[in-house]
Amino acid sequence: MLRVAVILPDLLGTYGDGGNATVLAARARARGIEVEVVPLAIGAVIAPADLYLLGGGEDGPQRLARDLLVEGGFVERVRDGAHVFAVCAGLQILGTTFSIEGDASYPGLGLVEATTTRARARAVGDMATMVSGHMMVGFENHGGFTSLGTGVEPFGQVLVGRGNDGHVDGYRAGRIWATYAHGPVLAQNPWLADQLLSEVTGESLAPWASVADRLYLERCERVSTRRSAGDRTAGRH
Amino acid sequence: MGGRAGLLIAPRILEDVSRGRDIILVTGTNGKTTTSAMLRAGWGGEVAGNDTGANMIQGHVAALCASNASRAVLETDESWMAVVISSLRPRVVVLLNLSRDQLDRANEVRRIALGWRECLAPETYGGVVVANAGDPLVVFAAQEARHVRWVDVPSSWRDDAASCPHCTRAITFGDGGWSCECGFAKPRVFSASVGATLEIGGESFEWGLALPGSFNEVNAALALTALAECGVEVATALTRLRTMTTVQGRYGLRRFGGRTLRLLLAKNPAGTAALLASLDPEDEVWIAINAQLADGRDPSWLYDVDFDNLKGHRVTCLGERRLDLATRLTYAGIDCAVVDEPESLQGEGSVTVVANYTAFREWMGRSTPC
Repeated sequence: MLRVAVILPDLLGTYGDGGNATVLAARARARGIEVEVVPLAIGAVIAPADLYLLGGGEDGPQRLARDLLVEGGFVERVRDGAHVFAVCAGLQILGTTFSIEGDASYPGLGLVEATTTRARARAVGDMATMVSGHMMVGFENHGGFTSLGTGVEPFGQVLVGRGNDGHVDGYRAGRIWATYAHGPVLAQNPWLADQLLSEVTGESLAPWASVADRLYLERCERVSTRRSAGDRTAGRH
Repeated sequence: MGGRAGLLIAPRILEDVSRGRDIILVTGTNGKTTTSAMLRAGWGGEVAGNDTGANMIQGHVAALCASNASRAVLETDESWMAVVISSLRPRVVVLLNLSRDQLDRANEVRRIALGWRECLAPETYGGVVVANAGDPLVVFAAQEARHVRWVDVPSSWRDDAASCPHCTRAITFGDGGWSCECGFAKPRVFSASVGATLEIGGESFEWGLALPGSFNEVNAALALTALAECGVEVATALTRLRTMTTVQGRYGLRRFGGRTLRLLLAKNPAGTAALLASLDPEDEVWIAINAQLADGRDPSWLYDVDFDNLKGHRVTCLGERRLDLATRLTYAGIDCAVVDEPESLQGEGSVTVVANYTAFREWMGRSTPC
């Protein structure tokens, strides 16, 4: 049984990222993998899980989410061996510090050496990155500028949009994967959903064709057209 | 365009053209256009208004320049409240609801709630606020205002009000109420929509609206409460509301080839959930999703909608983001077809078309009135 826990969907669910759990569950079940999706709302105990999902949220809720995760022992759960897939505010919370409400800096969970300051402009729009040979497509909507510590591997190289800093997006630190891409990103990139499932279950997955593959191709094509039209610097810091 | 030119010529023109008129201002994420239409119909007689949905300042100027009516109902975009209130000095402000919508443009709903709160404070606004007591963000926005008429309406969308706007702790929703540990709680209401009746000022009225969906009873409860503040008898106004069958093409029947269409506008999670709950079991459903600027460029909100109500319906995905929609429905376990060319849709019988903003306009253009 694969346990996927959605961290604080009531605080970090503003940008449709709860869809990542829906996608993972459907794709796992299609391969005969039993899966349980557990939403961990405010007040819930942070139960053990194989994979924790974090999404995007607004400033106030983001700070509250950080506090609740500290109180609830989330860091210990992750150190015990769970995988984490985080998006946007989730990406920022797992890092060392992040900025909210003006420019006040707030301590993150410190699981990854990544600091986020407030960028001069908000990055809003389609984004695309290269992730280990695959194009990853999504939509970003954030005001963060994230710097990775020495030796922290980015999740992807930016083709369109800003990601962390206009050059790279997110990070991959052992079992912790993070990106700025909404979409939800696992809905728009079925290969990434499968890669994450393989990583968490340790199994290689049989192909499972669906309309999601058509969606992925259509988004890639659209982004490529934009890129060749010289749109790359849109949303740069 | 006339409105835009007017604004360039005289920045205070909105103040000038609104002077001496009785104005009701309507804002909120969902229901602005329908509630404004209800207010105009219920008020009776000549009422000016931006009934084409042009709800920023240019639209207000154009609407007021086009009519000498002494009364006006204006819907306004959520983000424009501060500017509009200080110029229009409305007699009544109606706050419908506040939830996620086009986040890539307006960004964060809490910032909007705070903006409302500031412009409705007694120092800046002395009129009446008619507000939805079931929505904590709306209550946060209106609670400092000088005169508030709280309206109790059923609300199913809570995903944007999980944490308290005052202290960020969790808000608890219970039987008919909600509260936070910090003391922030649902206020005492003046009027209420309960089941099939409206309760206002100690009297009860059966709804009997022709417009479908319980969400339209919610809109009507707020409209009738606002009209009562303007001296309109509830019974009179309700009789007028019952005759409404369509609002800007919505809800009414239209023809497309051999088909009869009912067009519904659904542009965000809360609105879509309300519409899906109003479907008849045998309805065939076409859903059209675009992601133009006016729709919001990011259709990920589709994952915030519970599509279970579509199970058992024949569903077709249309619009420029039809693949996003079909993917969403597939993951929800709902069978659907994807159609690239709407003109190729043949057949007979009636269809409910659920479309977001620009897709709705395309379907209005593609179909004709019955």
